[in-house]
Amino acid sequence: MHSFGYRANALLTFAITLLALMCAMASLSDNLNSPSPSAHVQVLNINWFQKQPNGNDEVSMTMNISADLQSLFTWNTKQVFVFLAAEYETPKNSLNQISLWDGIIPSKEHAKFWIHTSNKYRFIDQGRNLRGKEFNLTMHWHVMPKTGKMSADKIVMPGYRLPEEYR
Amino acid sequence: MGWIGDTVDSIKSIQIRQLLTQAVSLGMIVTSALIIWKALMCITGSESPVVVVLSGSMEPGFKRGDILFLHMNKEPIRAGEIVVFNVDGREIPIVHRVIKVHERQDGEVDILTKGDNNYGDDRLLYAQGQLWLQRHHIMGRAVGFLPYVGWVTIIMTEKPIIKYILIGALGLLVITSKD
Repeated sequence: MHSFGYRANALLTFAITLLALMCAMASLSDNLNSPSPSAHVQVLNINWFQKQPNGNDEVSMTMNISADLQSLFTWNTKQVFVFLAAEYETPKNSLNQISLWDGIIPSKEHAKFWIHTSNKYRFIDQGRNLRGKEFNLTMHWHVMPKTGKMSADKIVMPGYRLPEEYR
Repeated sequence: MGWIGDTVDSIKSIQIRQLLTQAVSLGMIVTSALIIWKALMCITGSESPVVVVLSGSMEPGFKRGDILFLHMNKEPIRAGEIVVFNVDGREIPIVHRVIKVHERQDGEVDILTKGDNNYGDDRLLYAQGQLWLQRHHIMGRAVGFLPYVGWVTIIMTEKPIIKYILIGALGLLVITSKD
């Protein structure tokens, strides 16, 4: 009854159960945090704006991105993945989301940042719909935990507009 | 090592009734594992509810050996989500983040993905000439994360001998255990 095998088994089972319970509790404790992040983006310049040979519009722009995401961090947060996406509607597509810039925030100390950048990924439309197009810039974040449930949210910043002519 | 002696003795003393009980309890363990797996498939709507991260392309978020819980539903796929997808002609599914989405009025969708730790997007990983992923390539989206646990399966697939030793030991334990 009290052989070595039984004791080892009981110990292992107990240890795993305890570990699983602790992971679950750490993940649940994230719900107690109610974050209040803020973001601000300024489009400084349209570097160039043209039609590709295959007929799709492409634009390059320079932006100032500032954000304060410190309140997203809890003790169970490994990192926050943050990205800025241009979102707009065209006659063909009900939604276009194009990531323009992204970054990994490893800790709370780095979560309040300011960056001056041109778009890291190419801003290409599926078609020729970008002239004079109004679009939203949306700051998305994806909280990646040490263990448990991942969560994501966003701030939508409306009211940006591309120029009427290629340049 | 009295334990081994006990084990040998107990194997010698096995009777048919006890053997049947052991077989039934072994069957119960196997079937309940199967039930849990199939139930998870139903709940999550994904054909593989749990995946093990095999590459470092999502580091530092996901390392090799971490496991991800997947979920699949009718909700549209949006930029920023981490999806698991299958590419035609590639056996192993890939876990990467969606960076571009073009969704048409009728719900058809074009998706571009990228690994957080990769320099460029995934067009090089897709099938020859493929520019976008469609809905049917997507197996699920990652909703939960558990570190290190996947090492068990990685070790077992790479060193099958360990798997056989483990199965043998467990089998012996089940056969020789007396309730």
